[in-house]
Amino acid sequence: MSPVLKVSGLKTHFFTRAGVVPAVDGVSLTVDRGEVLGLVGESGSGKSVTGFSIMGLVDAPGRVVEGSIELNGRELVGLTEREWRSIRGKSLMIIFQDPMMTLNPVLRVDTQMIEAVTAHERVSRRAARARAIEALSAVGIPSPAERLSAYPHQFSGGMRQRVAIATALLNRPDLIIADEPTTALDVTIQAQILYEVQKLAIDTGTAMIWITHDLTVVSGLADRVAVMYAGKIVETGTTDQVLDAPRHPYTVGLIGSVPSHNKRGQPLSQIPGMTPSMTNLPEGCAFRPRCPRADDRCRVTPELTPTTGALARCHHPHIPSEAAA
Amino acid sequence: MSEPILALRNVSKRFVKSLDAAERMANLVGAGLADEVVHAVDGVSLEIATGEVVGLVGESGCGKSTLGRVVAGIHPASEGEMLFRGKRLAEMNAAERHEAALRVQMIFQDPMSALNPRMRVAEIIGEAPRFHGIVPRSELSATVDDIMLRVGLDPAYKRRYPHQFSGGQRQRINIARALAVNPDFLVCDESVAALDVSIQAQVINLFMRLREELSLTYLFISHDLGVVEHICDRVVIMYLGRMVEMASTEELFARANHPYTQALLAEVPRLDQRKRTFAAIKGEIPSPLHPPPGCHFHPRCPHAFDRCRAERPALREVAPGHISACHLNDAAKHSTGTSL
Repeated sequence: MSPVLKVSGLKTHFFTRAGVVPAVDGVSLTVDRGEVLGLVGESGSGKSVTGFSIMGLVDAPGRVVEGSIELNGRELVGLTEREWRSIRGKSLMIIFQDPMMTLNPVLRVDTQMIEAVTAHERVSRRAARARAIEALSAVGIPSPAERLSAYPHQFSGGMRQRVAIATALLNRPDLIIADEPTTALDVTIQAQILYEVQKLAIDTGTAMIWITHDLTVVSGLADRVAVMYAGKIVETGTTDQVLDAPRHPYTVGLIGSVPSHNKRGQPLSQIPGMTPSMTNLPEGCAFRPRCPRADDRCRVTPELTPTTGALARCHHPHIPSEAAA
Repeated sequence: MSEPILALRNVSKRFVKSLDAAERMANLVGAGLADEVVHAVDGVSLEIATGEVVGLVGESGCGKSTLGRVVAGIHPASEGEMLFRGKRLAEMNAAERHEAALRVQMIFQDPMSALNPRMRVAEIIGEAPRFHGIVPRSELSATVDDIMLRVGLDPAYKRRYPHQFSGGQRQRINIARALAVNPDFLVCDESVAALDVSIQAQVINLFMRLREELSLTYLFISHDLGVVEHICDRVVIMYLGRMVEMASTEELFARANHPYTQALLAEVPRLDQRKRTFAAIKGEIPSPLHPPPGCHFHPRCPHAFDRCRAERPALREVAPGHISACHLNDAAKHSTGTSL
């Protein structure tokens, strides 16, 4: 089965006065139908810019300088804005962290949802409205027909995010990019939305890239995980491989810093230092200055290489038995 | 339990939106409008022992931040009394109250909006001790250096402005500013929620180290049960302004009594759960303007029965040091003769 999305060697650079910022620096990934890929990283790791690049939403001074993005075999890099408009909102959808970025505050929900349908298909308003009602009830909004005529501010934060997700589902896209959509929500609301999203991925076969900094969300939701650091994927594999037996020292550090049951009261293992400035990356492996395993070999950038199953970009990967100990 | 450093007795905080001129006019012709009252905190009693870390957990709008602000002295309580080191705040004279206020400091969620962007770090940290005469002017610079070192900041950066720091460092500046007046008690309102995972771990470790070094007491407000479980001795769960359950951390996470707590715990995403089916408690937290009668949680509660809709459940001890406000505890006693 060919993947829905195939990104190879993607480089998105920002040309700023302070120099070139390689926000995304050679990212390759694939997503299959009905699969959820968790794209994990901290602020500034390039995870959101990867999502924006796939959506064709990178604005000046940023530009995709290299690589290819194929959606169902069709190359997206280099499309004209006109061609982009026929894909974006139809085959490709994005859900933002803040639903008010998706919703227009001065338009009623029905206006926005019907427009999203009729922009891509020649259907009657009545049919479009019916589809909007169907989408709203699919994400668990009670009495969807009435709620359609409300304005975004009349919804609570969780409900607004549901409306944004329902809008994303309207045209049955092939791929949804979710950029931290539950980060601002309460745990109970987050669980409700994750529940709906999981059901939808299974029911509709929509592929999904779930961008987040929260490993615990990924562990319950994703089939595969890719961990980003300083514009590069440093480790990728199935969720079990990456979370149970991490290879890359950064992934090991990230998992160690999650407060968990068995280490109560003891200091959390922490990664020293902080994310490096993207205009002034250390030579070789970007994680080198913070890495407990770094040595002279790390001055040469490591490649993403297979280490017993998962791929890790490291000269000194943890071997699974050691990481589990 | 050692002597409580801070005690709240039946503390409530109401926010009232009075009618404006137009609405009063409308009332003259019989519109029957009334003031809108939000019971942000509704009769909370809590004792915090010296050196203890108490977690305060709840969804947005449950009043946990308001309670934190009442404790920190930012909002006066509408009702009830607060005791600091056994002495009622209402009975203190101005000097004592001033001293008590300095002893309790607060650290906020967003490290940037809590700092004045036009002040240098040395001024931000040094302002309060200078103003309150805690440190002589000649020693101020050395004191600021000490505090910066203590929270893991390089004193060489003291001439910088907040925007020149990363998020984690900014939160350290906030902590340094709070520590500058030698507090005994810190109210941390979602203080690690805005930070990246690896930075969050650094700041949590800093809080725990400071607790040891300065024998601090914390009220740790958070929606993140993972963090709360990790660092707190005792946990208080709030729902729509009321305390619904309180227990030691082990007890609460092992034997949650209140259906709301049980539901919250079930929602905590954990690293060891794979491809789980998320099953959610239904619905959302109701508007605090019009809270449901009886037990506030009954519209979302899977076990609700008639009594829950009419009568507010009282907090009762269900195990030593473990209190919970749920009618089910009574019902279980009556029907089976055993306690839950």
